Amino acid sequence: MDLSYGAEYDEFRQEVRAFADSAWPETARSDTASPEERQAFIRSAVDRGYLYRSIPRRYGGSERPFDPLREEIVSEEFDAALAPYHLGPQGVGMIVPTLLECGADWQKERFIPRTLTGESIWCQGYSEPGAGSDLASLRSTARLEGDTWVIDGHKVWTSDAADAHYMFGLFRTEADAPKHGGISYLLLEMNQPGIDVRPLRQITGATHFYEVFLEDVRTPADWMVGERGQGWQITRVNLKHERNLGGGRRLRAQFEALLATARRATLGGRPAIEDPHIRQRLAEIYGYVRCGEATSLRRLSAMAQGDESAVSLSLLVAKLFGSNVAERITELGYDLLGAEGLHAPRISSWQGMELSGGQVDWVDQYLFALAGRIAAGSSNIQRNVIGERGLGLPRDLRAG
Amino acid sequence: MRFGLSEEQELLQHTLREFAAGEAPPARLRELFDGGEGFDPSIWERAAEVGLQGLMVPERYGGAGLELLDGALAFEVLGEAALPGPFLGHTLATLALVRAGSDAQRERWLPRLASGEALASFAIAELPDDHAIDLPWEAERWQLPLVSSRVSGRKTCVEHTPQSEVIVVGTAGGGLALVEAGARGLRVEPIDSLDRGRPLANLCFEDTPAEILPLGEEHAAAVLDAGRILLAADAFGATWKLLQMTIDYVMTREQFGTRIAQFQGVKHELANHAADTEPMRGLVWYAGHAFDHLPEESALEACIVKAHVTERAVAVGRSAIELHGGTGFTWECDVQFFAKRGLFDRGWLGSPSNQRERAATLAGW
Repeated sequence: MDLSYGAEYDEFRQEVRAFADSAWPETARSDTASPEERQAFIRSAVDRGYLYRSIPRRYGGSERPFDPLREEIVSEEFDAALAPYHLGPQGVGMIVPTLLECGADWQKERFIPRTLTGESIWCQGYSEPGAGSDLASLRSTARLEGDTWVIDGHKVWTSDAADAHYMFGLFRTEADAPKHGGISYLLLEMNQPGIDVRPLRQITGATHFYEVFLEDVRTPADWMVGERGQGWQITRVNLKHERNLGGGRRLRAQFEALLATARRATLGGRPAIEDPHIRQRLAEIYGYVRCGEATSLRRLSAMAQGDESAVSLSLLVAKLFGSNVAERITELGYDLLGAEGLHAPRISSWQGMELSGGQVDWVDQYLFALAGRIAAGSSNIQRNVIGERGLGLPRDLRAG
Repeated sequence: MRFGLSEEQELLQHTLREFAAGEAPPARLRELFDGGEGFDPSIWERAAEVGLQGLMVPERYGGAGLELLDGALAFEVLGEAALPGPFLGHTLATLALVRAGSDAQRERWLPRLASGEALASFAIAELPDDHAIDLPWEAERWQLPLVSSRVSGRKTCVEHTPQSEVIVVGTAGGGLALVEAGARGLRVEPIDSLDRGRPLANLCFEDTPAEILPLGEEHAAAVLDAGRILLAADAFGATWKLLQMTIDYVMTREQFGTRIAQFQGVKHELANHAADTEPMRGLVWYAGHAFDHLPEESALEACIVKAHVTERAVAVGRSAIELHGGTGFTWECDVQFFAKRGLFDRGWLGSPSNQRERAATLAGW
């Protein structure tokens, strides 16, 4: 075991930190930073080889040798500076890897560069009212008329739909093909007649998701990724990327916020953190947080050694583990609220915590943790995946 | 940067697995559980041949000079095999001598402890009264007086066998002393222990000659931290074994005309345990590594890993028994070896709630 990164990497970290501090100064670290400021930051981070290291230069990446340690350092330092590299999770996190693996050259050239800078915003058209865990039962259709796909259907839980320039989505193109084989992966412009985007107000009271109604929506015949009927396989590539998100650092940040709340809250006239029962719960949760952190280290090390097989089960359980721990943290946070726990959420968080004046709205966090149990493969679907792919248990009896 | 096992560490675990599979197959464990001695001299001797007892003893005393992380990796295999014998007590007594003994004490005892020729016991917990549940495991709470090189009092739940030659005893003020097994005034009351793989006894001292370990007060806490980490590693191994046994069982047991592994109620329960268990591997590694290289983090990590892993081990053990159905509840079912292993690991050195209160204090909460 050797937890030090070594002199070369320490130097790299200093360099990245200095860059983040100067290129993304304190004043820009609020929500008021303009899209142009964000794009400029990302461009200069790419120029220096900090971001998009695995993406070829001609598509707007920095095309650097594979080095998970450098990637980790960049994300740690950019996180610490609250710098905007997470911009457009549907884009950089999902459509870019998909296009890189399955897209045509012209699609890569046209879509990837502007997606990386955040100029092109994407939304994901997968789920439908009748197709959640059983995504392949989706019923939105696309039919080819000359050189144009004509799309009809209804997508739901669509993040960023109101701002998105494009949608990548799954549509049934082969009416007679079997369930999975009839689906194709299409790209389309959001700004066109026939698209109706309606906000979905979620349980927290905030609106981060939308539903999208599509009627006679058009997209060119070659805006298909892969071949007709290959959409399902391409989605598997995609969701794999989505499942990899997250890790120990996020749990640590949430736990530190919990400690701060436990210090501020009082119980019997004393800080709640001095209460034996609260201390028990904190220490129990901390065991899980440390598991998460140590596992992130294991994964990073395995990637750096080029041996991801050593952590394959850890990747399978990551989502269920992470959402369980978030549930525990936010539950205690909620319990530390007292009367405020009966108030409606005051702020809305999306992707991590919004801190205002050092305070976390645990009502919002506790409700929002429910999303972790549902989105990107519900916890029960995760249990099937762990059982079947991780433990070698037999597959469920499936209808189709 | 590397947070993974070296080839040597992989080999160590592999060697110990082969040894345990050969020397302590389920039939042998059953004989020991039925017989109740909890100690098999031939397993002990064979373990010494593969170097188990000398793993963390410095090379100049005939050991392998390895670190606590290596010891933890070894204990993971012991837990996975439910290897019977007083390995924990012996290892901690040996570690106490390594850290706190005088040169003469080390010269005298370590070579024979490292080779397994002599057995050592580690006597710390006391019974403040007949109803006390908060046993004083921690050094600062030991009461046994050491006066004019004599000890008097009682220690409980000591891993001890009739073959033990030397006992490291925790004394009032948080120090350590050596008592030889044949010493005057020492009385051994064997305990019929829950985990028959761990031979336990009460040790009663009455004006018994004892020799102080000069650096005991300084190092007792670290030896206990080592104990916490080794117990956690042991419990981690037992947990994986329980999961694996249960998977094997549900893949063959048929009800309603199909393997019960087919049912989501079964599959999801196992998946939940896997999701809790897999991330503990890094926790155990980190605690071992911290003990060796990050002393400022070590005490907190030791308490957290002990509480967390042993608690999960017990939960998985109970679930494994339930999933084995009526069979699981019988004495004949092998699951009990590992489920009881987890209970021992959870209780010895203090319960999870005890460890968590310590952790909260150590963390400055």
